[in-house]
This record gives sequence, structure tokens and C-alpha cells, in this order.
Amino acid sequence: MASKVRSSSTLLKRFLATRLNQSRSVTYMPRPGDGAPRAVTLIPGDGIGPLVTGAVEQVMEAMHAPVYFEKFEVHGDMKAVPPAVIESIRKNKVCLKGGLATPMGGGVSSLNVQLRKELDLYASLVNCFNLPGITTRHDNVDIVVIRENTEGEYSGLEHEVVPGVVESLKFCSERIAKYAFEYAYLNNRKKVTAVHKANIMKLADGLFLESCREVATKYPGIKYNEIIVDNCCMQLVSKPEQFDVMVTPNLYGNLVANTAAGIAGGTGVMPGGNVGAEHAVFEQGASAGNVGSGKEVEEKKANPVALLLSSAMMLRHLQFPAFADRLETAVKRVILEGRYRTHDLGGTSTTQEVVDAVLDALN
Amino acid sequence: MTKFCSERIAKYAFEYAYLNNRKTVTAVHKANIMKLADGLFLESCRQVATKYPSIKYNEIIVDNCCMQLVSKPEQFNVMVTPNLYGNLVANTAAGIAGGTGVMPGGNVGADHAVFEQGASAGNVGNEKLLEQKKANPVALLLSSAMMLRHLQFPSFADRLETAVKRVISDGKYMTKDLGGASTTQEVVDAVIATLH
Repeated sequence: MASKVRSSSTLLKRFLATRLNQSRSVTYMPRPGDGAPRAVTLIPGDGIGPLVTGAVEQVMEAMHAPVYFEKFEVHGDMKAVPPAVIESIRKNKVCLKGGLATPMGGGVSSLNVQLRKELDLYASLVNCFNLPGITTRHDNVDIVVIRENTEGEYSGLEHEVVPGVVESLKFCSERIAKYAFEYAYLNNRKKVTAVHKANIMKLADGLFLESCREVATKYPGIKYNEIIVDNCCMQLVSKPEQFDVMVTPNLYGNLVANTAAGIAGGTGVMPGGNVGAEHAVFEQGASAGNVGSGKEVEEKKANPVALLLSSAMMLRHLQFPAFADRLETAVKRVILEGRYRTHDLGGTSTTQEVVDAVLDALN
Repeated sequence: MTKFCSERIAKYAFEYAYLNNRKTVTAVHKANIMKLADGLFLESCRQVATKYPSIKYNEIIVDNCCMQLVSKPEQFNVMVTPNLYGNLVANTAAGIAGGTGVMPGGNVGADHAVFEQGASAGNVGNEKLLEQKKANPVALLLSSAMMLRHLQFPSFADRLETAVKRVISDGKYMTKDLGGASTTQEVVDAVIATLH
């Protein structure tokens, strides 16, 4: 029995060594000055936000990553995002944030949405994929949900029927379709699936599909197909491996992203971000509309993995690929080893215990 | 040897190591003889090293370096050298690791970058290679992958590198310098086939 245990841990070590120690041998030649530190706006936010952004700060520091954070307090019960914060993001172009709580009713709109609209972050991206070490009902899941972030049902324009509204819908559909195909092209993805309900919303979703079809003709090397949203939800929970990149309007995107996140391992681990022409804001990929439960905050047991992986995406966005790789490799090693996991992954660790494990795993 | 040039090459070497997660930078010199010129070079390296406390820095005299390269090359990581030694060190290192036919490289300045075969031993291939079209394309293919990364197209770079490495590892299509008998085009066809 003892030898069986020993041999399986040796196997694990060897597996880890080959899978996770892949270093680039043909390298990236930086331009002189590429290593200069970049300023990133940091918004800890509400609920578990400060815990998980704190995790990112610790890991960045340990790696001596070329980023430094300009921190701002923003809370969901504020009337608006403070102008100083918007200024900072405009200056730095990149922001990392925890969630901002959206109070029910009372006419106060979500600050998360306000930020996206003010900075015109029209594309929201969530990468939902199986992390080795987390067993889920489905394997081979690697879905990127690209969701239109500024228009549609959340825009407040539902009851205006004027030519300008239809045009702005087309504009928004076009740019999100372009982003989705460009993303697929640059990331070697094979297929883009448009999610819609154009059989019912003939005009609005019809426009969306038209835009997707037009952009698809410019990328003959990428497969394109369409799926009605209700069938899509059913397919997601039965055969998710059929999906690759999914492009959706605003409302469906929220539901599809959270569903995909749920089947692939939970909102605690999926990374994501929001991007526009000028700025990018990285945050947990999907959050099921909440900023963590009271208990998670009190006991400091929030899962930092999602935001750590989002910050790796941020490092790549800032063009520091080697740092991004180190961070991801360390996080994936900790998940694979399985010793330090928060409650949502079936463990009992605190946030700090997971962070410490990641710091140890950094090479 | 100027302070300006020594400083900027030292800075580039350490910045490169920092951005590519390399652990050691070794300065190659002959300052025991060329006390002023190489002394200046070393001073610049030492100064820049203080700004990167997490990167190990050491120095090696060029003749010892050549001997170490051919006996225990695994000790070296990033090496920073002045112009003359650099040519010799680069060609030696290329030779021991597999030959000038496979090593990628490039040249970069503040505003531009020129990518080419890493080391070429000062020649552009012999007559026979040219006539029989049997030159090794691997070095320039890998350099073009570096170029794709420089242009910020990392996934294309990865695809190219993976395909080239697989062809090399399969071993069926290799040019003469690697012990095979293929033509350039046969290697290229193999890479293209592997890409799909």
C-alpha cells in the first residue's frame, strides 16, 4: 500500500513536471524599454472583492511583475463611479477590479454597468474551461463567451422605436461580431457560434445575425454557425464540448456565460475581462450577479483563482507573456495538486492559504 | 568601447532576462587584459545588475568561457558580450547545441527590429547547398516565430514553433547538417503538413 502511494505521487510529480514546466525556448525579443513598469488602476470593490484583489497584489509583488497598482475605493452604494477613478483608467488604459454590489431597486443603477458604458467596453469575455484537477460532469470544455456589453436589453432603450435606435443596434452588433472573429483568429480558435432568438426577436436579433454572417465571410478559415438560445442552454448542459467561441448579445451573454462557467467548474475559477477600443477592465469572468456571500467575506474563504487567472490575462494584454505564463502555471499547479482549495471547489482552505500555495509554486 | 553602448546593451540583456523569466546573466569579457575597454563594459553590467536584484549576475573571462561552453554549457543562461566576443560565443554556442542551421535570432534597436538566422559562421551557405536546394530552413522559420511574437501575434508564433519542433522530433525530414538528406522544400512541406 505504501509503495502504491509513493508511486502515484511520483507519477503526479512527473506529470506535473512535463505538463506544467513547459518553458519557451524560442523567445520573445522585447523592444528596449518594454520592461518599464505599467500603472494599472485597481478597484478592490465590495464583498469578496478586496480579498481577491489582495491576492493578486501579493502574487504580482512576489513575481516582481512590471506593474504597479493605483488603488481606488469604489462601492456599489455610491451614486456613480468617482470621476477620479474614470480619469485614472483613461490614463492607465488598464484596470483590475473586484465586483461592485448592485443594490436592489431604489433607482440606483449598477456601477459595473456604468463603468462599462462610460468607457465603452463593448466586449465582455469569459473563458470557461476545465481546469486539470477539478472534476466536473463534462470534459474537454473550453468555451470563450464573447458578449456584447453596452447595448441590448440592459441599455434602457427598450421603448424607443426610432431609426437611431435600430442603427445603434447594428453598430453594436457589428463591432461585437468583429471582435469575436478577430479573437478567434488571433487565438487559433476554429469556430464561432452566434447565440440568438431571431425566430422571435426578428428585428433585433435578426440584425445581430446579419452582422455575424457578414463578418464571417471575412474569415473563411473559421467555421461559423448559429444556435437559438434555448437550445443553446440545453446543449451547454448536455454536450458543452461542441462549443468553441460563442458570440452573444447582452442578455443571453450573461446567462450563457454563467451557465458555461457553472458546468466547467464554477464562477470561482473562470477568468474574464471587458475591452473597448481604448481601455480594458479585467475582473472575475462570471459572478452570477453577486459579490460573494456574507460567510465567504467573514471567514475570508473566497476563491482567488478566477481573479488570479484574469490578472494573467491582464499581463498578456500588457504584453508581459512570460509573467502571465508563470502566474498561470503556478495557479494550475496548485489546483492540480488539490491540497489548497476553497469551499466552492470542495475544500476548506482560506483565500490566504491558496495564495500562499500559489506563491510557493511560482518559479 | 563606449559607456553609452555598454550601458544600453547591459540594460537590454537584463531587461530581456527579466521579461523572459531567465535566472542568470553572465557578462563575457577580457578585462584582465583590456582593462579600460572591457573594464568599462563590466562597470555598466554591474550597475544595471543592481537594478535587478532577483536576477543572478556573474562574469567570465572569454577564454575560460569558450572552454566552459564546450564542456559544461548547461551552466549558462543569458550571456551578454561586447561585439567581437559575441560573434565567437554565439557561433560556438550555436554549434554545440545543434548547429547554425537551427538557431533563431534577431537584431533590435530602439525603433526597429531585423530578424535573421541566429548564427551563420560568417557565410551564406556553400555552393553545393545552393545548387541542390538543401539549405536548412529551420533557423529562419524559428526566427520568424520570434518575429511574430515581436509583432504580438503569440498564437501564430506558437503554432509555427510547434510544427517545426514536431518535424524535427519526428526526424523524417532533415537537411544534411542535421544528418538527413532532405531538400529545403521537403522540410517546408513537412512543416506545412504538420500545421494542419
